[in-house]
Amino acid sequence: MNDFKPQIVAFCCSNCASSAAAVADGMKKTLPDNVKIIQVPCTGRIEILHLLKAFEQGADGVYVAGCQDDSCRYISGIKKAAKRVAGVKRILEEIEMDPERINIFNLCAGQGQRFVEVAYEMINRLKEIGPSPVK
Amino acid sequence: MIVAEPKPIKELLEMVQDFNKILVIGCKGCVTVCNVGGLKEVGILASTLKIARKKDGREIEVGEHVLERQCDPEYIDEVKDIIDDYDAVISLACGVGPQFLSERYPSARIFPGVNTKFMGGAVEHGVWSERCAGCGQCVIHYFGGLCPIARCSKSLMNGPCGGSSHGKCEISDDVDCIWDIIVRKMMAQGRLDELVKFRPPKSWTTARDGGPRKMVREELVI
Ligand code: SF4
Ligand code: SF4
Repeated sequence: MNDFKPQIVAFCCSNCASSAAAVADGMKKTLPDNVKIIQVPCTGRIEILHLLKAFEQGADGVYVAGCQDDSCRYISGIKKAAKRVAGVKRILEEIEMDPERINIFNLCAGQGQRFVEVAYEMINRLKEIGPSPVK
Repeated sequence: MIVAEPKPIKELLEMVQDFNKILVIGCKGCVTVCNVGGLKEVGILASTLKIARKKDGREIEVGEHVLERQCDPEYIDEVKDIIDDYDAVISLACGVGPQFLSERYPSARIFPGVNTKFMGGAVEHGVWSERCAGCGQCVIHYFGGLCPIARCSKSLMNGPCGGSSHGKCEISDDVDCIWDIIVRKMMAQGRLDELVKFRPPKSWTTARDGGPRKMVREELVI
């Protein structure tokens, strides 16, 4: 393992992902301090620009953690977020940055373990990709 | 509305590669409605330009401004105090906008940020379709309120060609044959016979064939 510590911004839905975070907390599983959580009422509120701003400010990676497709509290928020994440992937590709720097994960409120796992999944992926060239 | 699509980022980056201070100007008219050149898209392009430049280790300053419309001189005037602070301008309006800017600010370098496609509307969220070709003398009332000039691949005015098949145009299964739709509609309204009425040939002098167009309405001229 290299010792590069990727800076990650995670946009988390306050209904499922944040409950999962609370469960994780109860299980004494904590997120590494290089993952910065931004809680949103629904992932459908996340705009392409919010995601880009994180990269503009030098984030090595970004992810969105929201509900399952069929259990979004606001019906289709997570599906909209998935399309916007795909839009940012296209932009990253166009400017020759690795589209894997951004991803989206579907969680459930009870999945404390999974909440922490996705953070490590992103960390490991970004360790392979390397630091963002945008600094 | 006028429907446009974003230019590829690569093309835009190439256009402005020699400039380090860029002003992105959006328009609150048609291009806001078709999600290509309003406040949001100005922000997205500005951020993308900054990311792409920082990635290459090059400095860039990007200004953002959105005008009420770019097809009216009084709104174009709004940037007169800031435009000289920039080396280049990317307009996210339809092709009209960057030309109004070019004419008003002769020393500025103006670039088009979108590809202007057609006059049409949104048939569903995220899907736009052409409706009018701006022929200058509307005749859709002869055709059940539908335009064969804009919507028939061959702009036929006297019925479908032999390529009409099961309601689709021979150029693609994605394209409805407008003549199929016109004929069915006229049948449903019991007016099919109107389609065989003699009409003199359409004058195309009011269309682009008559050269660049200009319109003067004396009652509005000050
Ligand atoms: S400049 Fe173009 S996009 Fe903007 S309002 Fe005028 S016609 Fe529409
Ligand atoms: S007949 Fe001419 S003005 Fe009318 S919709 Fe067709 S192209 Fe446009």
